[in-house]
Amino acid sequence: MDNPTEQQDREDTLKGVGCSRRRKEDARFVQGTGRYTDDIKLPGMLFADMVRSPYAHARIKSINKEKALALPGVHAVLTADDLKPLNLHWMPTLAGDVQAVLADEKVHFQYQEVAVVIADDRYIAADATELVEVEYEELEVLVDPHRAMDADAPILREDLVGKMDGAHSVRVHDNHIFNWQAGEKDATDRVFEQAEVTVKQDMYYPRVHPCPMETCGCVASYDKINEHLTVHLTSQAPHVVRTVVSMLSGIPESRVRIVSPDIGGGFGNKVGIYPGYVVSIVASIVLGVPVKWVEDRMENISTTAFARDYHMTGEIAADSEGRIKALRVNVLADHGAFDACADPSKFPAGLMHICTGSYDIPVAHLNVDGVYTNKAPGGVAYRCSFRVTEAVYVIERTIDVLAQKLGIDKAEIRRRNFVKVEQFPYKTCLGWELDSGDYHTALEKVLNAVDYESLRREQQEKRAQGELMGIGLCTFTEIVGAGPSRNCDILGVGMFDSAEIRVHPTGSIIARMGTITQGQGHQTTYAQIIASELGISSDDISIEEGDTDTAPYGLGTYGSRSTPVGGAATAVAARKIRAKAQKIAAHLLEVSENDIEWDIDRFKVKGVPGQEKTMKEVAWAAYNNVPEGMEPGLEAVDYYDPPNFTYPFGIYLCVVDIDKSTGETSVRRFYALDDCGTRINPMIIEGQIHGGLTEGFAVAMGQEMPFDEQGNLLGNTLMDYFVPTFVETPHWETDYTVTPSPHHPLGAKGVAESPHVGSIPCFTSAIVDAFSHLDVTHMNMPHSAYRVWQKVHELGLDSPV
Amino acid sequence: MIPAQFEYHKATSIQDAIAQLGAHEESKLLAGGHSLLPMMKLRFAEPPHLIDINGIEELRGIRLDGDTICIGAMTTENELIQSEILQQHCPLLVEAARLVADPQVRNRGTIGGDVVHGDPGNDHPAVMLALDATLVLHGPDGERQTPANGFFLGTYWNDLQEHEILVELRVPVIKKGVGHGYHKLKRKTGDYAVAASPVVVELDGDVCRDIRIALTNVAPMAIRAEAAEAILRGKAIDEALIDQAAREVVAACEPAEDLRGDALYKSNMAAEMARRSIRAALQQARG
Amino acid sequence: MTKQHVAFKLNGKQVDVLVEPRELLVHTIRESLSLTGTHIGCESSHCGACTVDLDGKSVKSCTVLAVQANGSELKTVEGLADAEGLHAVQQAFIEEHGLQCGFCTPGMLIRAYRFLQENPNPTEEEIRWGMSGNLCRCTGYQNIVKAVQSAAQTLQKA
Repeated sequence: MDNPTEQQDREDTLKGVGCSRRRKEDARFVQGTGRYTDDIKLPGMLFADMVRSPYAHARIKSINKEKALALPGVHAVLTADDLKPLNLHWMPTLAGDVQAVLADEKVHFQYQEVAVVIADDRYIAADATELVEVEYEELEVLVDPHRAMDADAPILREDLVGKMDGAHSVRVHDNHIFNWQAGEKDATDRVFEQAEVTVKQDMYYPRVHPCPMETCGCVASYDKINEHLTVHLTSQAPHVVRTVVSMLSGIPESRVRIVSPDIGGGFGNKVGIYPGYVVSIVASIVLGVPVKWVEDRMENISTTAFARDYHMTGEIAADSEGRIKALRVNVLADHGAFDACADPSKFPAGLMHICTGSYDIPVAHLNVDGVYTNKAPGGVAYRCSFRVTEAVYVIERTIDVLAQKLGIDKAEIRRRNFVKVEQFPYKTCLGWELDSGDYHTALEKVLNAVDYESLRREQQEKRAQGELMGIGLCTFTEIVGAGPSRNCDILGVGMFDSAEIRVHPTGSIIARMGTITQGQGHQTTYAQIIASELGISSDDISIEEGDTDTAPYGLGTYGSRSTPVGGAATAVAARKIRAKAQKIAAHLLEVSENDIEWDIDRFKVKGVPGQEKTMKEVAWAAYNNVPEGMEPGLEAVDYYDPPNFTYPFGIYLCVVDIDKSTGETSVRRFYALDDCGTRINPMIIEGQIHGGLTEGFAVAMGQEMPFDEQGNLLGNTLMDYFVPTFVETPHWETDYTVTPSPHHPLGAKGVAESPHVGSIPCFTSAIVDAFSHLDVTHMNMPHSAYRVWQKVHELGLDSPV
Repeated sequence: MIPAQFEYHKATSIQDAIAQLGAHEESKLLAGGHSLLPMMKLRFAEPPHLIDINGIEELRGIRLDGDTICIGAMTTENELIQSEILQQHCPLLVEAARLVADPQVRNRGTIGGDVVHGDPGNDHPAVMLALDATLVLHGPDGERQTPANGFFLGTYWNDLQEHEILVELRVPVIKKGVGHGYHKLKRKTGDYAVAASPVVVELDGDVCRDIRIALTNVAPMAIRAEAAEAILRGKAIDEALIDQAAREVVAACEPAEDLRGDALYKSNMAAEMARRSIRAALQQARG
Repeated sequence: MTKQHVAFKLNGKQVDVLVEPRELLVHTIRESLSLTGTHIGCESSHCGACTVDLDGKSVKSCTVLAVQANGSELKTVEGLADAEGLHAVQQAFIEEHGLQCGFCTPGMLIRAYRFLQENPNPTEEEIRWGMSGNLCRCTGYQNIVKAVQSAAQTLQKA
């Protein structure tokens, strides 16, 4: 008989799936020996710094480099004219557009890169940028996207004039990028015409910035002798960067090495390919020495990859009981001056068509128009999967509006509309197949945990006393793990991901993945997956990512795709190894493979106690005693093309108290229940949720990138751009249910982005709820004290002055 | 974010600092540096000479001289917070310092630097107005003393004369019947105030013998809300009077609109901070 | 511009560097002295990633000139561990999952190290106030608070 205690001991030794293993990466980080891009110093390395446009829209009349070149220590000053012979003054974007690497005749947004200075060090480079003389002729600026397609709007992209065949659709105006639709327009319209109840809500999801603690940067190093280019850079997708660099430079991909070293947070900011990277590479090739470029915080917020900027209208048609009959969503998307959104090629509005949310909606229509304005390009997924944050926001806000109109409690209206547990897998009317979920159970768990009824009673009492208390609810479904290559690719490369695992003769393991950690703890959790699959302690498993010379090709880490795709590849690769190991074990034990069973860390002969071989023993045999005809060694590679996305969900509830005198909001309670399917490392999951909630809090309560009428970005330092400190950040309560994904090898779904996606509408829901008895249906973010006070004042609730 | 080049000079005494100011054209004093260095990194300021006064011991420290507290201009915010003399005799300064920037910045930032820098967002000018402080200035012609009231003339504009250095700030000890109040609204730790209001009230029984209501960041410089003070002076202050005073605070404000808010919001927040500070000061004065 | 000699004690070792007057202390530490644990996050004294311990006080080294450090004693994250192993704050950050991407971590640790000397037995509110000069985008601070509490307990027992 098996001894349960002994088995548990063996299980514990593995530190596999489900345990809160402490992180492998921490030892170096706490000692200051992490290696981030700016820590890299190569012999002879020069430093690049940008000359940037003070204007949002202007023609460049002339650029005079002479004074800058005369400064001792300056090696080169490059402009678009210098890049032209190499055909590198423009580059393709991930969205099928092109983007100026250095401004070519015109600047299209404030802080656009106009010239680059290469100098001995960053001090001289900074001095030299001041000496480059640029003469501009200001042009009319287009800031408001609602004006973009007016007949008299200034035309931004002269390079596209007359090219009405856009990357995603016909363009109907020179400032138009695309129109994109999903669902059935006519059928949806018909339901609206006949509906008992309809609601309509305009909302603006502001332009925000992911603002990781580490800014973007790179060190490009071209070896002229071997014609080999190595670039260390802050990229969430190093393999894609390698392909793009090879395509742009003409250097064969085999002689391009991209390394993402330790990355100080990404949150979508480090998905894009930026002019700074390109000019550093060009400069290194031209000058034959390594060149470093690291942006400062103002450059980071101003130029590299904003997120959101969606002007949305949500409409619901329902019956008088609040059952949703149809959904209509219209979006005007402000993409800035170049369409550099990071979305799968076929989806110019990302996965926005997940906007039916957690609800059983019979028919829907989504319409998105993208337009150019004189703002920086970007449109990345800021701690979310391609536009899912926007999608969840519009449905969660609109269902709240419906509840309010019908006088139905916002928890109850969700109960009435949730996809039921027996409906999974559930095909949404916009084409997705939700893999699994149990929304009702999760909702009741949260309502009970916070004693929802008594909170509502308390709110009634508070209202009677003239106080403002709000209860927010968000019941979201995410779509992550892009994605099946039948509908997801980046520049034509399918969005699979990969793992390569090698078991060494003595039974320790090295594994490499195509993803790249930026704080998620991949070195810890991938090892846990392998440990559980192969019965080798995760302490004996090394994980490497980010070096394209050694790691298998992968699409990188964003959109919560590491666990759903990379984690699946890891499990499948491990299973390939175990299958081979089983054959070797049978050979060693001299029985048929069918007589063998797996037990935690070893193969056993069924029904014969003591007849067993541990994985360690099998590993040794793999290198000296394999069955005849079998190749030696014990390793496997898997390129995993997921059959579907995964659909994590969550139920969030937030209680706020608003100070009527100042507009300040105090988050009294925030309760977050997440269901990410199988939980690989609960400690890391909880950490990810804390972080995502905090980033959601930042977006909801303070982050914005406001522009004045001249297109000047107001507030691009951490004085103005809201990154909450210890003091402002609320305390978080977390909870979970487990509904495994039926198609993922481990049942895992991904988690890090849910708390960002789900918390933001929850905060808005809470703030609006505080005013809902006064017929307020929506308030736009950010819910800063200033803006909340404006509502208080408008309603005459503040103390008379 | 790299400053332009400059020559660095370390002053060894007040006299030396004054001499160096005279010797180097367009030179600037380097105190805590947390306002000046960021401006230099943005190249909004490019002084060719910096005179570092951090090493001058005589500019540091807090001492009690009878009914007067003398605070060296180079005393840091954290030294203000930790000072037992201030905790006991001038709680307003401790409160105000606690709400300046963040712990690290408070280790460098100095009260004197804050008072003379000239940004309307600096916190201590209004505190000095409320406390009716006296500034001790040394220049080529020797020492002069001037009341804080009247010193602040506009944004980056005050009564500091050429080659003059702020040496010391003198504030009265809090007495029986006197109360301090301080409230500050800011968007987050590390931000300047949306509005702040230090208040000092002196009671004679129930009657307000004197009151000083000062305001931060709602005008080109720190100001006193004198009309509001006039409403309260000589009266037994109640909520109705505070409301009236708050209206005068709003009228006194002329804030610049920025991301913290428009004029309406900032003026109203100044009034609300003043309201709260008046209440707190009254409570303290009543013992 | 004439360079100047600057000498100070860095993590217990005397060092001597030649710097331009305008050189920021963080660059001297990272570039000239090759200790890259101290990070640059905002350059405007808001984020605290560049926090070092200067003469027993936490300061943001992006807003201190290297010349101002002459004659001082400096400690960076690299100076926290000793022959005995990791410092209690380092161990606590690992145990309580007080870090993710690791970029803010050195500044957090060197600040926590000093904070716990200023206040050896802090409440949660005092920790949040005392650490408020350091920004983190990953953790939401909750586990950092736990780590500082846990380190406080360890240090008190020691």
